[in-house]
Amino acid sequence: MTARIGVITFPGTLDDGDAARAARYAGAEAVPLWHADADLRGVDGVLVPGGFSYGDYLRAGAIAAQAPVMRSVIDAAAGGLPVLGICNGFQVLCEAGLLPGALTRNAGLKFLCRDQRLRIENAGTVWTSGYADGAEILIPMKNAEGRFVATEDELDRIEGDGLVVMRYVGDGHGQGNPNGSMRDIAAIGNPAGNVVGLMPHPEHAIDALTGPGTDGLAMFTAVVQAISGPVGASV
Amino acid sequence: MARVAVNVVIKPEILDPQGKAILAAFGRTGHQGVTSVRQGKHFELEVDDSVSDADLEEIAASVLANPVIENWTVHRLEDTDDEAFVAEASSTEAADA
Repeated sequence: MTARIGVITFPGTLDDGDAARAARYAGAEAVPLWHADADLRGVDGVLVPGGFSYGDYLRAGAIAAQAPVMRSVIDAAAGGLPVLGICNGFQVLCEAGLLPGALTRNAGLKFLCRDQRLRIENAGTVWTSGYADGAEILIPMKNAEGRFVATEDELDRIEGDGLVVMRYVGDGHGQGNPNGSMRDIAAIGNPAGNVVGLMPHPEHAIDALTGPGTDGLAMFTAVVQAISGPVGASV
Repeated sequence: MARVAVNVVIKPEILDPQGKAILAAFGRTGHQGVTSVRQGKHFELEVDDSVSDADLEEIAASVLANPVIENWTVHRLEDTDDEAFVAEASSTEAADA
């Protein structure tokens, strides 16, 4: 069976085109989902792409988190539906309460756009099972509000439960923690491992022609295999 | 009908880089003596009599503020004109601080 991956478009979403392309590269059918429509069209997984949904009014992702399509995504995620939030999509998932913590203005106040090195901290999620624990990948990042924050108690709980999925690494030019994210956190997941959010953009690193490499593709092939394969098909 | 002011500020333990940038600007404008700036948001709501204090708290906690990173205050400001409203909101906030 061909996996059907939904790609949400809010007013102000920018990266739905590349997210759909990444789903297709991974062998899935990309299914457009509209913010005002609560119907998930029977998809097997959902991508919440980057951009500036609702102009980042109120807080980045705050209005989108209340959209009809997100109410359906929240319900489906509780039932195990794979959901990946990228950049603004990560902000939306945090605002929707699907992931802990929040994303705030970068410590240096600058919009940052660069290729970023990350370390896989948890290869046990449905989105990162194509990587090895400790593997390093290089994918683009581009944001102004990517600084992950939570209370120290919450951070301890996140770490203790293994919810840190990726960290910023490296100490060379253009590497390391770019924005002051607490404990260098770039990506987190939920305890079940079906919901993951990250600020950098794996969908921009699926083809050497259009990105720094193909390190991001494994996130999409992993979920397609989880959906299509006879073992581990949780949806 | 009632008018309501909701003030939202980033929690003290969360870095506020915008506030820091404003503080740095005071050094250049010659305004001495300011030791800290925290930037927040001010919302003005008009609500009918069906909206209770509990409803307002729910509105503030679930939409206007993100409890992970922000604190907020809710003030009912009935029977005030526009100028008095803003002044009241400002002085109330100052009194809270």
